[in-house]
Amino acid sequence: MAMLEIKDLCVNYGVIKALKGITFEVNEGEVIALIGANGAGKTTTLHTITGLLNARSGSIVLDGKDITKTPAHKIVKMGIAHVPEGRRIFQNLTVLDNIRLGAFTRKDKDGIAQDVEKVYKLFPRLEERKNQVAGTLSGGEQQMLAMGRALMSKPRIVVMDEPSMGLSPILVSEIFDIIQSIRQQGTTVLLVEQNAKKALSIADRAYVLETGKIVLSGKASDLINDESVKKAYLGE
Amino acid sequence: MKKKIKPMTKKSFITYGLVLIAFVAVEILISTGNISSMLKGLLVPICVYSILAVSLNLTVGILGELSLGQAGFMCIGAYSSAIFSNMVKETITEPMIRFPLAILVGGIFAALFGIIIGIPVLRLRGDYLAIVTLAFGEIIKNVFAALYIGYDSAGLHISLKSQGDLGLAPDGKMIINGALGISGTPNDSTFEIAAVILFITLIIAYNFVNSRTGRAVMSIRDNRIAAESVGLNITKYKLMTFALTAFLAGVAGVLYSHNFYSLQASKFDYNLSILVLVFVVLGGIGNIRGSVIAAIILTMLPELLRSINNYRMLMYAIVLIVMMICTSNETIRSFFVRNIEKFKGLFKKNKAQSDVVKEGE
Repeated sequence: MAMLEIKDLCVNYGVIKALKGITFEVNEGEVIALIGANGAGKTTTLHTITGLLNARSGSIVLDGKDITKTPAHKIVKMGIAHVPEGRRIFQNLTVLDNIRLGAFTRKDKDGIAQDVEKVYKLFPRLEERKNQVAGTLSGGEQQMLAMGRALMSKPRIVVMDEPSMGLSPILVSEIFDIIQSIRQQGTTVLLVEQNAKKALSIADRAYVLETGKIVLSGKASDLINDESVKKAYLGE
Repeated sequence: MKKKIKPMTKKSFITYGLVLIAFVAVEILISTGNISSMLKGLLVPICVYSILAVSLNLTVGILGELSLGQAGFMCIGAYSSAIFSNMVKETITEPMIRFPLAILVGGIFAALFGIIIGIPVLRLRGDYLAIVTLAFGEIIKNVFAALYIGYDSAGLHISLKSQGDLGLAPDGKMIINGALGISGTPNDSTFEIAAVILFITLIIAYNFVNSRTGRAVMSIRDNRIAAESVGLNITKYKLMTFALTAFLAGVAGVLYSHNFYSLQASKFDYNLSILVLVFVVLGGIGNIRGSVIAAIILTMLPELLRSINNYRMLMYAIVLIVMMICTSNETIRSFFVRNIEKFKGLFKKNKAQSDVVKEGE
């Protein structure tokens, strides 16, 4: 059984249909990429999974439990962490405070301290800057901070929204390396990306979204050689 | 090693100290008879407005939502407590028991309304929230202005039509007489009690800001999506803040209504809400001490300017503008900051020298 199952999910913004019934699944330990152009519904999908948006119909099932109508703060406790698009860190807080905030739902002080160390190991740059105000970090560092913060809730699935947005090519590679090491530590990753090439290179499987529908799915290694994907998203 | 004091704690203690000094100074002035009767009459309103400003600052500065319904909550606190005091004034004659109970009644009723109104209103943001809270304040005012309440041996009689509609027994008493408002409220609120309540309000406000809840609320203000994705229950924290500020505004209303023999609902119009907002903005959004200072100065100002009666409001406007420029203009601010730094540097140098002397011994 899949860890996270999305069935016939429909989401509307007023009269506009953002998702017109999408179905996909995420298995434990996988990296899944959702790719597609602007306005395809990638971010909407993530927001609906983490409870920031309400579904019109369809279901989201985590470990056999229906979480379609569960509010966002409870979903975090159930093990899905969200790295929002555009980083969304707390600009006025220090790096360390931002990381600690990620553990808001946890009560075990020792475990939190250990996990802060783990985050530092994954992102040495954050340790160097732990007492700096987060708003003064560079774009890449802010992205790392948002990822580190999400990991602090001890998630089983991390949902990432455009982690490479607005970053230099070197940093993009660095961020994708980190995503791989997050996976190696046993956390499942659901990734939304415009940078289809990079996303397909690290994902196990991928779904291609187009105006609210899944038009293509399969192994990432197959999709990367697919003619239509190449034409539409890889610019070849 | 010297015990390190957190900057926030230091800030709050400075404020407590300032309020305490002001209180003692006023008490001395009263006991030596050096205070005009006009200023004496202003003492309770000053405390009332300070409490209101602090409570609104929690909504505007900490929660980050513009609420214009503060007068409405104050009105609920004022009326509910006045009804309570009028009903029990024969049975509980000791004001030191009656008044704290009235404060609780007023505060709890206001908080209750804060929750009831907060549930739909807090789904809105920005301008919409401001408009709805403004409308709420006006509705409350108008409902109370049309309300007739009396009581006799059979209990409370409530009517929205007229005094005659109540059907009171001949020995019954009117409590609220429509637009004429409440009369006969015992004058329980004294400057001492008001000052104590202001002090308690400050303690509540500072502790709230420094608490886990306060930090959660501020994180919602700074970044709603990030706060939600970290696992905060946004509705719960927003509602808690809203109820707390409504409670404090209600308490301010209790002090206000027990300061006057009669009270009309028309006092709690939107001008009052705006006035409190002016205190908050001038004192600095999110700055609790600033709100209190602004409330004190701006409450006293119109009265102090009474001697130049014709130009009174003109001067008031000029002072407002000057205060605004001084607190928000970068150039003027940096001028102050520079000079304060210089002053501090001087102080530190002296201290360093005396430390060197000490080590030399």
